[in-house]
Amino acid sequence: MLSVSGLAVARGGICVLADVGFTLARGEVLILRGPNGVGKTTLLRTLAGLQPPLAGVVDCSADSMAYAGHADGVKPTLSVRENLVFWAQVFGGGGISGALAAFDLDGLADRAAQNLSAGQKRRLGLARMRVTGRPLWMFDEPTVSLDAASVGLFAAAVRAHLAAGGAAIMATHIDLGLAEARVLDLSPFRPRPGQARTDPAPTSDEAFL
Amino acid sequence: MIALLRRDMAVATRAGGGFGLGLAFFLVMVVLVPLSVGPDTGVLSRIAPGILWLGALLACLLSLDRIFALDFEDGSLDLLATAPLPLEGAVAIKALAHWLTTGLPLTLMAPLLGVLLNLPVPGYGWLLVSLALGTPALSVIGAFGAALTVGLRRGGLLLSLLVLPLYVPTLIFGAEVARRGAEGMPVATPLALLAGISLGCAALIPFAAAAALRVNLR
Repeated sequence: MLSVSGLAVARGGICVLADVGFTLARGEVLILRGPNGVGKTTLLRTLAGLQPPLAGVVDCSADSMAYAGHADGVKPTLSVRENLVFWAQVFGGGGISGALAAFDLDGLADRAAQNLSAGQKRRLGLARMRVTGRPLWMFDEPTVSLDAASVGLFAAAVRAHLAAGGAAIMATHIDLGLAEARVLDLSPFRPRPGQARTDPAPTSDEAFL
Repeated sequence: MIALLRRDMAVATRAGGGFGLGLAFFLVMVVLVPLSVGPDTGVLSRIAPGILWLGALLACLLSLDRIFALDFEDGSLDLLATAPLPLEGAVAIKALAHWLTTGLPLTLMAPLLGVLLNLPVPGYGWLLVSLALGTPALSVIGAFGAALTVGLRRGGLLLSLLVLPLYVPTLIFGAEVARRGAEGMPVATPLALLAGISLGCAALIPFAAAAALRVNLR
């Protein structure tokens, strides 16, 4: 479903990961690990097509994946239901009742998103992935501000997704209890010192920004 | 696409959406003009079309940075960029939502404010027509500026500096239609040019704005 070879990604003009390669098949989940700043987010954004790779090939059809970043993409003045319905319509997916139930949001459906706690907002952001109807889920730190019970809900949702023939790739530091998960440690993919490219010195143009 | 339009309209018209901000600014600015240039009705009626156009343009500028900045901050812009909706379409829809919540209300309000400036009677219809034709161009050009400056901290001032020069042709021909209309002269030429600017902007700028957004999302 997703196959990556020789991938090099850059953040702020500096190459942070080089020669990354892996494949992900249906029903599999891949967990990216590595210390802060190793390039997990940059790698995920590159896979999602939000930034071009420095080198290498990402083989994945653009309309098979859904991306969930650090921010939840939740509009504070809309209700939980309106937020989910909007994304369901954008992705042409079906109803939202399954997503509401999977993340225990039924009781909050008509509350404005600005009145949710950080963890509830995150659950809403994760529930969005279920309404996209896309087979490949990409998560960047999905469990931030979630309590233990909600982490369990999330793991159950991922497992259901895998069972339905989907796949998931996520950057996370905690153990989700997904026994079948493969772990990819990104530390060995740091470029050798000579390989790291840097941008030329900032020009005077940037003084206007 | 309809969903995006509906969401943007809902966000703009709810608390903190800034829906009334541009209208209130337009009203205050037009009220201040007689105070600064004096109550001479002859002078006021001569400058009325230009002042009303300038006021509408500046009021439009106020809410431009909301087009993309809010979506960028809460992460929806990343998600929209990975959604099945083409980014060009999203830009066009967001510009349309901006026009419906800013340009259209300003257009409808301008004739009322024309009374305050003693706008000559034949001018009301043409003022309405010129604003209705010209404000879409303001929204679309503004969306391009907003796309260029999205992600910059306090990019609002830079946005104004980028966008105001691009507003010059629209302002010239829009105000010319309103002025000629008020003086009872033929308006066909500036009206055609104004319509051409609006249509050209609406057709081409979404592509430029989407390209700018892609660069800024990296």
